[in-house]
Amino acid sequence: MSTAQDLLFRTLADPTRRALFERLCRDGEQTVGALTAQAGVSQPAVSKHLGVLKSAGLVRDRQDGRLTHYSAQRGALTPLLDWTSQMAGFWESRFDDLEDLLKRMDQ
Amino acid sequence: MTDVTTERASAPQTRSVVVERDIPFPAERLWRALTQPHLIEEWLMKNDFAPTVGHRFNLRGEWGGVLDCEVLTVEPGRTLAYRWDHVNEDPKFDLRSIVTFTLTPTATGTHLRMEQAGFRPEQKQASGGLET
Repeated sequence: MSTAQDLLFRTLADPTRRALFERLCRDGEQTVGALTAQAGVSQPAVSKHLGVLKSAGLVRDRQDGRLTHYSAQRGALTPLLDWTSQMAGFWESRFDDLEDLLKRMDQ
Repeated sequence: MTDVTTERASAPQTRSVVVERDIPFPAERLWRALTQPHLIEEWLMKNDFAPTVGHRFNLRGEWGGVLDCEVLTVEPGRTLAYRWDHVNEDPKFDLRSIVTFTLTPTATGTHLRMEQAGFRPEQKQASGGLET
């Protein structure tokens, strides 16, 4: 397994960290405060988890005055997916649309 | 049908995806869908494709991604190939590949075979084999 995959798996192995990442994927950008309100752990703990997620490239932070906003970087998961399986699924679905188009086309 | 293979014999570390389908329409109609920009947009992506070898074009995905492409082979009704590159500074996301569509007439229509052969930039040594 590559180092990139290793780091991602290790980072997401922690359930609290994974929940934070999932929440950012689902709900978009959030402040540390908003994340803490639902995380069930203290703000310093949330900040620490966000730091680990950031080091793994899974989240990005944006400073806005005194507030730090975090957002998920879904693309960081790409190393976990072999590009060939991604592309195979892509083409199967494109070919479905291609067949639909061919049915609609004039002779 | 999907077939993912690692073709070690010809070009080490080059991987290809093959997707095949029997289409109940003549090759001529399928060829139009593969080569006319307004039709390509309906099943693939927005584009400025032209069926001319050497023509460079972009495919623009709904997700905002842009693919850099170049027409490599045009044999009307039979074979269409183009370069399909997703350029990214981060090697993890960078993809250089060649997509080849092959059309073969059958009793009931056309057999369509798509092969995407590609490699990551850390596998640059494989590019020589791919690009010939």
